[in-house]
Amino acid sequence: MIELPTEALWLVIALPLGGSVLLHFVGRWLGEPRAGYLACAASLAAFGVAAVAAVPFFTGEGHPSQSLLWEWMPAVGASFEIAWDPLSALMTLVVTGVGSLIHIYSLGYMHGDPRFARFFTYLNLFTASMLTLVLAGNYAMLFVGWELVGLCSYLLISFWFTRPSAAAAGKKAFVVNRIGDFGFLIALMLIFSSFGTLSYSGVFGRAADELTGSAATLIGLMLAAGAIGKSAQIPLYVWLPDAMEGPTPVSALIHAATMVTAGVYVIARSAPIFELAPAASGAVAAVGALTALWAATIAIGQSDIKRVLAYSTISQLGYMFLAVGATAYVAGVFHLMTHAFFKALLFLGAGSVIHAMGGRQDMEEMGGLRKAMPVTFLTMGIGVVAIAGFPPLAGFWSKDEILGVVFNQGGLFTVLWLVGLITALLTAFYMIRQFVMVFLGEPRWPEGVVPHESPRSMTVPLVLLALLSVVGGLVNTPFRLGLEHFLEPAFEGVKLGHPAEGVVSILVLAAVAVGAGAVGAAMAFFAYHRPPEAWRRFQAAFGKVWGWWEDGYRVDDIYGTMLVAPGRRLAEQAAFRVDLGVVDGAVNGVARLVRATGAMIRPAQSGLIRQYGLWFGLGLVALLAWILVRGGV
Amino acid sequence: MLTLLVLTPLLGAVVISLIPARRRELHLPLGIALSVAPLGLAGAMFFSFDAGEASFQMVEKVVWWEPWGVSWQLGVDGISLGMVALTAILFPLSLAVSDSISHRRKAFVVAMLFLETGLIGTFLALDLLLFFVFFEVILVPMYLIIGVWGGERRIYAAVKFFIYTAFGSALLLAAIIALAVMHASQTPDGLLSFDYLALLDLDISSTAQMWLFGAFALAFAIKVPLFPFHTWLPDAHVEAPTAGSVLLAGVLLKLGTYGLLRFNLTLFPEATVSLVPVLAVLAVVGIIYGAVVAIVQPDLKKLVAYSSVSHLGFVVLGIFALTSAGLQGAVIQNVNHGITTGALFLLVGMLYDRRHTKQISDFGGLATPAPLMAGFFLFMAFASIGLPGLNGFVGEFLVLVGSFPSLPSLTVVAAFGVVLAAIYMLWAYQRVFTGPVERPENRKLTDLSPKETAVLAPLAALVLLLGLYPGILLERTAPSVEAILDRIEQNTDYEAPSPGRLADVFTTTSEEGP
Repeated sequence: MIELPTEALWLVIALPLGGSVLLHFVGRWLGEPRAGYLACAASLAAFGVAAVAAVPFFTGEGHPSQSLLWEWMPAVGASFEIAWDPLSALMTLVVTGVGSLIHIYSLGYMHGDPRFARFFTYLNLFTASMLTLVLAGNYAMLFVGWELVGLCSYLLISFWFTRPSAAAAGKKAFVVNRIGDFGFLIALMLIFSSFGTLSYSGVFGRAADELTGSAATLIGLMLAAGAIGKSAQIPLYVWLPDAMEGPTPVSALIHAATMVTAGVYVIARSAPIFELAPAASGAVAAVGALTALWAATIAIGQSDIKRVLAYSTISQLGYMFLAVGATAYVAGVFHLMTHAFFKALLFLGAGSVIHAMGGRQDMEEMGGLRKAMPVTFLTMGIGVVAIAGFPPLAGFWSKDEILGVVFNQGGLFTVLWLVGLITALLTAFYMIRQFVMVFLGEPRWPEGVVPHESPRSMTVPLVLLALLSVVGGLVNTPFRLGLEHFLEPAFEGVKLGHPAEGVVSILVLAAVAVGAGAVGAAMAFFAYHRPPEAWRRFQAAFGKVWGWWEDGYRVDDIYGTMLVAPGRRLAEQAAFRVDLGVVDGAVNGVARLVRATGAMIRPAQSGLIRQYGLWFGLGLVALLAWILVRGGV
Repeated sequence: MLTLLVLTPLLGAVVISLIPARRRELHLPLGIALSVAPLGLAGAMFFSFDAGEASFQMVEKVVWWEPWGVSWQLGVDGISLGMVALTAILFPLSLAVSDSISHRRKAFVVAMLFLETGLIGTFLALDLLLFFVFFEVILVPMYLIIGVWGGERRIYAAVKFFIYTAFGSALLLAAIIALAVMHASQTPDGLLSFDYLALLDLDISSTAQMWLFGAFALAFAIKVPLFPFHTWLPDAHVEAPTAGSVLLAGVLLKLGTYGLLRFNLTLFPEATVSLVPVLAVLAVVGIIYGAVVAIVQPDLKKLVAYSSVSHLGFVVLGIFALTSAGLQGAVIQNVNHGITTGALFLLVGMLYDRRHTKQISDFGGLATPAPLMAGFFLFMAFASIGLPGLNGFVGEFLVLVGSFPSLPSLTVVAAFGVVLAAIYMLWAYQRVFTGPVERPENRKLTDLSPKETAVLAPLAALVLLLGLYPGILLERTAPSVEAILDRIEQNTDYEAPSPGRLADVFTTTSEEGP
């Protein structure tokens, strides 16, 4: 057995980072497919190192450790240091594991793209950024990863930058994320002011003794603001659906499996602070539940295969927020993991479908693809069952645990539980709807489209992810709380929310949740397993409401008219009225006045440079006179 | 060595002026070569600098004229070190991109080298009169660079620049003389002195401190420029040739923040403490206002100019936060802004050389014909936005985190500047570099030449170095910054908030509330 010193963990970040730097300079020379192989190797190697380093945690012999790389900004206690504990280990394994599969998938998906090597440069950079985020030993370094992830998402969303919509979507993602970061920055300022450091060990060890309730609440709310931006929750979720402008593997990697989970991770990581701030936790839970329901209703009305999944991601992240807000950090992280499996699977499956349909994403043009692409059909089917929460697939266990904890909290949380339950019904509805529209029924393909199964590089990752989506939930079941024991050292001293004890209540709750899912699934199947005219009749039965869902409640338009347009008018007023008119006008006015005065006092000397002399002399005389009068003190 | 560092560019100017005007092919290459000499000297100075030492190092003093107490006195400490190094780096690079200057090239190179002497001298001078002379000397070559080699409205811009800053200088000179007179009245031998170190020991009444602080601060606020004294800046930038803009933003503006830090904080500690609200508010207004106005600028160069107003607001905020982290942030942000904004002006200039326009609407989709240029622009834009890992973040973050304990509400407002920075920079990038190429004249735009790449690459390397390992600068600035703070604490009843006492922040803010 190799014992890996934790000092070597910098390799986990350095491998993909090095790959990215190398590809940046020699990528074009390497060309396709070698550039892609290099990126895959770097990502897989990082996974390997992380897996070896995580072994002690699996055997129960590991201890959390911190290793300093180098000092960064000593004045605020910021350094590059790696924190290795079960939580960062689990996140690292998910990021590099799912990430590597997506790298491999991209070999096939990006085949023939003129900027093939550049794409892998960004994928590797993204992996390195996300690893920086989860391995950071202090909030400042976490913020490095946090922002770099935003950068990579900007670069990858606008990868096809000649499309104006892609360029706009990339910018929108970064700017909306920055609004959340504004809150996050304030949280960091508050943390530094409270503790004089930003390092986890310094903060968490002393939080319980030194932090007042109001300070903890404020810090918690500001951290949550940052998390809301990154994890696409109400009101900052609007960037995520647009992010589908990027190539599909990007959607899988960044906007489903990893980047958006950063917000959930930060809240789980900051559990010792949130524990002192029940109000902030409650707010997180409420935002999560509301977002879960809100986004699920929008997902129902979408006909673009990727947009359904995008809103589904927002909704599922809502579940994770609900969990961590209910102090069920393990359940939140558990759902983060299983969601990474099945959502990556669904996105990559969608990519496979889009690939087969020659770039078409409208589900109305699909149908009957099960025969043309059997592997995609089967694996995506597994993903659908997993996300819909049917046992024994991964999504069932994690979602069940979340709903169980929330129910057990009682009080207002019962309302949130009900919201979660309705969302479970809707989730099953929109996923089965998608599955039926894409794979079942008669083909509605446009002329000239001949769907075909995707190449091996794409189907193998699908199969592996499908496998993980089947068994991934078994790590933490009510019968065997493996994940909870694994994560215990990371949540030392934190009181974790739990589901009620007792077999009966567990079974009843699970049966209710599965029942809700079954109702949703059945409704979708019977509504959509028929010709398109029948769907239309079904949709028309909802009246105007269906239109709201289709348009995503027009939130983008509302933000546009309420915020963006007035903001722009304000900026224009400031630039052209105030700055040119008032501020600069005053300056030029003074200049004119001086010129006039100068002309009056000394008509012979009205040149511009001489005015300077005039001012100079006057000022000098006035000050000297003052000094003399005051007697030189 | 410092005297040599100040005089080498001047010597270079003399050498260039001796070359006959018809050998015009020699002027620029020789000018570049000659500006590498001060770079070497500055490098030697940087690495022989003792990082643990707070006071002035490598001090040189020659008495100039005893009766007035004027001397040629130079020295370097953590506050000036980075600025001198930055100046020495930016000159060869700015000269290297000046081959589009064809009219009176010899005079241009001479003016540039003359300017370098003035700038380095200003940062190193320890005698207030000497400082003032250098501070004024700079105006002349800069006036000429804008007024002779500038754009269409160059005369208006140059005169505005000159008069505005000279107005401040007049007050500055008067205040400097007042200090020397005070020295005479407070020492037994009754001698005037302009020696900065001697003037530090003066006993200045609080009222006098306020007046003198005001005179110094107004001169420096115009230079920074601090809102509302900033309107000369966009005009000067738009009209100045590329080299002029690079140096204006990269170094000249820093004379203002340098002056505030060097003189206002140390000579007038009481006035500093009582005037914190005024300057901090102006700084924060500048951060937000500069950024908002930048968003809608139709001219790319003007956009970058307004972004400078915003970024320098962070420097001033950091200075007047009067905390160790805030001051360190201000010092390093001074250097970082010079690198990033200098690079952005270089890029705008490279675009202008190709298309003879700076209007954002004349571009679009340039990343297709010029991917390398787009890459550099985006890299520098993100450095300017304050992406962690790049240099801009370090200064901004230290300023924000450092200012929060002493000025919580203002700092929160200032932090919103980071959102606005992302909006104006990325929107500009989107409109210039992404989308389809619509104008035919943009289709054949040439990408960066090897020479242009060689000019930008060292700046990009510095962006990364200072972003990831700012210690190289911070460890050298920290002792001097601490010394300034100690001085203020000793001379006033001010006490810098020590981190780890958020409770104080909360009680004060909650007392202000209902």
